[in-house]
Amino acid sequence: MAGLVKTYPGGTERATDDVSLDVANGEFVVLLGPSGCGKTTLLRMLAGLEVPDSGSVAIDGRDVTYLPVQQRNLSMVFQSYAVFPHRKVRQNIAFGLRMRGRSAEDVTSKVNWAADLLQLTPYLDRYPAQLSGGQRQRVAVARAIVMDADVLLMDEPLSNLDALLRLSFRAELKKIVQDLGTTTVYVTHDQSEALSLGDRVAVMRKGRIVQLGDPIEVYDHPADRFVGSFLGSPAMNFLEARVAESGESVHLADGSVRAPALLRRYGGRDVLLGVRAENIGVDTKNVDGAISAKLEVLEPTGSAVLLTATVGDQQLKVQAPGTFRARPGETVWLTFAAETLRFYDAETHLALDAA
Amino acid sequence: MTATAPPVDRTPLRRYRRNRVLVQVGCIAITAFMAVPLYLITLAAFSSRQSLNEFPLPLLPTDVSAETIGTFLRSTGIVASLGNSLLAGAGTLLLSTAIGVPAAYALARFAFRGKDPYQLFLLFTRALPIVVLSVPLAQLYLTTGLYDTTYAVIGLHTALTLPTTILITASVFLAVPVDVEEAARVFGCTPLQAFRQVVAPMALPGIAAASIFTFVLSWNEVLGASILTLTRRTLPAQVLTSLADSSLAYRFAGGFALVIPALLFIAVMRRYLTNMWGSTIR
Repeated sequence: MAGLVKTYPGGTERATDDVSLDVANGEFVVLLGPSGCGKTTLLRMLAGLEVPDSGSVAIDGRDVTYLPVQQRNLSMVFQSYAVFPHRKVRQNIAFGLRMRGRSAEDVTSKVNWAADLLQLTPYLDRYPAQLSGGQRQRVAVARAIVMDADVLLMDEPLSNLDALLRLSFRAELKKIVQDLGTTTVYVTHDQSEALSLGDRVAVMRKGRIVQLGDPIEVYDHPADRFVGSFLGSPAMNFLEARVAESGESVHLADGSVRAPALLRRYGGRDVLLGVRAENIGVDTKNVDGAISAKLEVLEPTGSAVLLTATVGDQQLKVQAPGTFRARPGETVWLTFAAETLRFYDAETHLALDAA
Repeated sequence: MTATAPPVDRTPLRRYRRNRVLVQVGCIAITAFMAVPLYLITLAAFSSRQSLNEFPLPLLPTDVSAETIGTFLRSTGIVASLGNSLLAGAGTLLLSTAIGVPAAYALARFAFRGKDPYQLFLLFTRALPIVVLSVPLAQLYLTTGLYDTTYAVIGLHTALTLPTTILITASVFLAVPVDVEEAARVFGCTPLQAFRQVVAPMALPGIAAASIFTFVLSWNEVLGASILTLTRRTLPAQVLTSLADSSLAYRFAGGFALVIPALLFIAVMRRYLTNMWGSTIR
């Protein structure tokens, strides 16, 4: 699958603004972003359900930009399942194969294979109305995977399932797609889904891709403040800080932390310090180089305790071990490891680079 | 341990039971309102002439005879006009579905300039009295040579039923999710195939409902049909003109002959109306 560029003005604002994305053969790419960021529009243009104003879409070196949907050899899982209510499960799964004129034998074996894979065999002769939401979604997935399509598109396939089902089906889906090895483009607004499923994650905002990378990189090194606060639960902490004239330390409220080498160039500048809640050490006693903070709220989550604390007048979230005990209002001491700190321009909110 | 519960107040339960009985009584009354005339007509159509004049009228089929209905069916023009009526009904059904369904689909799926005025304009046909429509139509048909043919009646009835056909089916098409149609496209359908394979079957109950309206309207319409035809009358027009001065017994037979085909048609279409795949609207 080759490069694609497109612009698409929907109303006054561009739904997707000159987006380019290369997806390698067999890769699982997740388009992640808040609602209205253009991720679904992008997917629909890929599918051919939406015509781009400019730019091009190519699959396997073949230009398909203005090719009708049915000639693209794609398959798709819809958010609303979009199973055909007037056809039994068996006919639903077979639909695409029949339309492509496969032999009856081929269709039967494919349908049985997919039904077996998705545990739908007992339901093959039911109508979708007689199935639960989760089962209907399985039918939609089965219908998509029997196609041997060049690209598999998924538009928030899990968002209509309840939380428990979503989690278990997520792992199952990942395994199925892995085994198939089909190139997959997956749209979601759920950051945990994106991180857990994708080979690469493209974070989108206002019709643009803000960051593209493998999930860990995107999580650990957000390209800007938006990505850092959109990914992860809790969101990344962003604190206003000032780099010392020497560039060797960063002043945060009444304390300071050691600065990484990349900040040498930014001596005396205001910066935003980004740090993940789980990368902050917390202690009830003062240790060397720690910064004092006032505890506001403690939320035990079972495996950990989520703390809300204030440093100076800035609030931050800290993930403490499940054994951590303290009372709201107490003073705690926070330690920061230099290698987990990320620095952002105070005005543009973009990551500072060493160059 | 257990706290003493306050005595159980049974008044709400009694009220609930009483309301249920009242609802049942209401339902029976309404059903009877519909069913009793039907029964009486059927009874009269299948009774001998003498028993119709008896007093009090026997309410049970004590004196069944096919004499009245037989004479009625054998009298001039009745069977022919029954054929005309069926032809007109089927023709209207076909034509108004052929024109109305695509129009309804366009209304439901596409945004186009003049959509709202178009919807309003559709209803204008029904705003005009049938007489006002029929007289110029008769003039037109006379000059084109269509006058006194079943086609003339089909033309008028199609014009009359199109608004309901379009508006009913449009709302049904609206209820068919766009997603499902898009899914059909992704899985290899051309737009036309997607319509035929997926949208049309899903819209079938609505189309059935519209066809009931269409057929029944065409079946019952008298005025236009009697203005536009002379010798090729539809059944209602024939009954109206020929039986106005015949005996009471024949009128009952005529009424019976008018009601039954429409009822049969509704009974057949009802299957499509209520049977949704795997879930039945009860």
